[in-house]
Amino acid sequence: MRRIISVLLENEAGALSRVVGLFAQRNYNIESLTVAPTEDATLSRLTLTTLGDDKKIEQITKQLNKLIEVVKVVDLTEGEHVERELMLVKLRAVGAQRAEIKRTADIFRGQIVDATESAYTVQLVGVSSKLDAFLRAVGELSILEVVRSGVSGLARGEKVVSV
Amino acid sequence: MELLSGGEALIRALQDEGVEYIFGYPGGAALHIYDAIFQQQAVEHVLVRHEQAATHMADAYARVTGKPGVALVTSGPGATNAVTGLATAFMDSIPMVVISGQVQSDLIGTDSFQETDMVGISRPVVKHSFMVKSAEEMAEVVKKAFYIASSGRPGPVVIDVPKDTTDPSYRVPYAYPESVSLRSYNPATRGHPRQIRKAVDLLLAAKRPIIYSGGGVIQGNASEPLIALAKRLHLPVTHTLMGLGAYPSTDPQFLGMLGMHGGYPANMAMHHSDLILAVGARFDDRVTNDPSKFCPDAKVIHIDVDPASISKIIPAEVPIVGPALPVLTELLATLEERLKEAPELVDEAARSAWWSQIEGWRSHHDFDHDQRHRNEAEAIIKPQTVVQALYRATGGEAYITSDVGQHQMFAAQYYRFDAPRRWVNSGGLGTMGYGLPAAMGVKLAFPDAVVACVTGEGSIQMNIQELSTCRQYGLPVKIINLNNQALGMVRQWQDMQYAGRHSGSVYQDSLPDFVALAESYGHVGMRVTDPAKLDEAMEEVFSPALKDRLVFLDVAVDQNEHVYPMWVRGGGLRDMMLSKTERS
Repeated sequence: MRRIISVLLENEAGALSRVVGLFAQRNYNIESLTVAPTEDATLSRLTLTTLGDDKKIEQITKQLNKLIEVVKVVDLTEGEHVERELMLVKLRAVGAQRAEIKRTADIFRGQIVDATESAYTVQLVGVSSKLDAFLRAVGELSILEVVRSGVSGLARGEKVVSV
Repeated sequence: MELLSGGEALIRALQDEGVEYIFGYPGGAALHIYDAIFQQQAVEHVLVRHEQAATHMADAYARVTGKPGVALVTSGPGATNAVTGLATAFMDSIPMVVISGQVQSDLIGTDSFQETDMVGISRPVVKHSFMVKSAEEMAEVVKKAFYIASSGRPGPVVIDVPKDTTDPSYRVPYAYPESVSLRSYNPATRGHPRQIRKAVDLLLAAKRPIIYSGGGVIQGNASEPLIALAKRLHLPVTHTLMGLGAYPSTDPQFLGMLGMHGGYPANMAMHHSDLILAVGARFDDRVTNDPSKFCPDAKVIHIDVDPASISKIIPAEVPIVGPALPVLTELLATLEERLKEAPELVDEAARSAWWSQIEGWRSHHDFDHDQRHRNEAEAIIKPQTVVQALYRATGGEAYITSDVGQHQMFAAQYYRFDAPRRWVNSGGLGTMGYGLPAAMGVKLAFPDAVVACVTGEGSIQMNIQELSTCRQYGLPVKIINLNNQALGMVRQWQDMQYAGRHSGSVYQDSLPDFVALAESYGHVGMRVTDPAKLDEAMEEVFSPALKDRLVFLDVAVDQNEHVYPMWVRGGGLRDMMLSKTERS
């Protein structure tokens, strides 16, 4: 089962490598990973998506908690949550394709953020499956390049992950 | 405030931490630190012959004293040679601080001479690691390292020290922090009272309970409440390889070690139990055999300071996160309260039926604690009898270290440990070459104690260069070499699983003359081949005349002997080979 694990991490050199190393060392899988500092400059917020049954996810969260630089670990998928992923796609856009891509981007509430005579770059934000659907909709032939941010998420409601 | 260089601050911090010994080996990146060591007396440096040995000495020092051991190595190869020792300590949760020299900060990342990414290379086998950024933070880093190494589930910590942070010409104010707090690290200090009450209820309701304890009871100094609990409820006790000595081995309630080479009564009692009280043990694969067939009727109460150990392999009915000592103490108090109100809660009838079942297993098959008859029958020394002779000669009072292989299992099975911290071996990682340096670390910790290393001709050669260190520092440890002229445990598996094809497990007459070898280092070498002379030789090794000498006793033992019991792979704990032909 796909899980979104959210981690508050000391914003220190080497901390990220411990998290990534743990996943490699214990043969856990990372589907996506995103990390950046938070409003508190001493902390980074890391969000990763992984696959595993309950037993595996329990071990992952426990092992993450054991890392000295990990301040907090939350499995967002345990409760209601909001998740988003950002994608930039560069698409071949010539002739009739230009209008078609524009229409498809509108349907998916994407924006064209860069354009040349032969290419569009579309920005899309949403849950990962929506981004997948967009890629299917525009078709493989027109895709030149894709970059995705990996999933970020927050719990719904008042609940917060803090120190 | 006093001004010290980073190198001096490092050594002063070790003094302030109460460190007695640094086990180490110098090199370019560590020379400022070595100069700081030279200019003080409080911390003694022990020069090893190989960095791996330094880490094992520090590790064994920690195992017997409970205080973190300290090793110091230089950058590059010095650091990489320390990795095996770090992994050994990590697997057995041993508090240790390894200080590694590093090339100066502005050379890091340039592939400079003797540069290696020590923080990176050691990451999977340390509890935590630091790279010192400046002389100013030296004292605080040392304080944090010792705190992390010795609290919670203990483990090794690396401090990587770039040479420029120890520069003698740059001095900074020194103050050793009184305490340290880390917002992200708060190990449990006691168990949850509600969980403890649940555990007491289960213990009182159980018909066939058993205590299964491991290294956590030794490291957690929880032997006393463990014994009291076992006595109070008349519980059978078994230990893991790491747990030996927590409960007195000569006490009738002790069933012996469990697991792959555990005793028949211990494995049978575990398999048939209805409640396992697991304390400071982690259901390691050498204990459980096939987890799906493990103790089918047993509920589990699992006490461990590391929450990640609980329900990792075997699900726990009652998980209790906390150190063994406070948890067991509170569990005992809760139990006493319950029994004061209702003494009838102890089901005497069930307990006596359980014990008669256990006695049945015991009389069917148990360790034979005097196998001299086997020597006589075959006119060859059986390795088990060497451990038994050692036990007799030392009155069961010695500190025993071991290497890895058949001799390690024989030592665990036949030396009967009646006190904690007397049995020192690499259980988790299984590091050959551990035994001799470990014995040296123990001897330095307790100079008046009798310390023997039970080893084999394979393992001893992995760190035999330390005979020179023993000479330099006058360390009269006793080496009992079970010499079967083969890598015995490998050979045993090849006998059992590979139709006797001894691939890579024999030396083809290349072994050294161990007596002459020991003598060349200025030690005493002895050899015994005749079973009739074994006891006499062993007495001599431990005689007052040789009290201050390192004695290397090379014992020619039966090459064909296997370690039994040995479980049948893929089975439950009850599935064992009891001899080459007999199955449980």
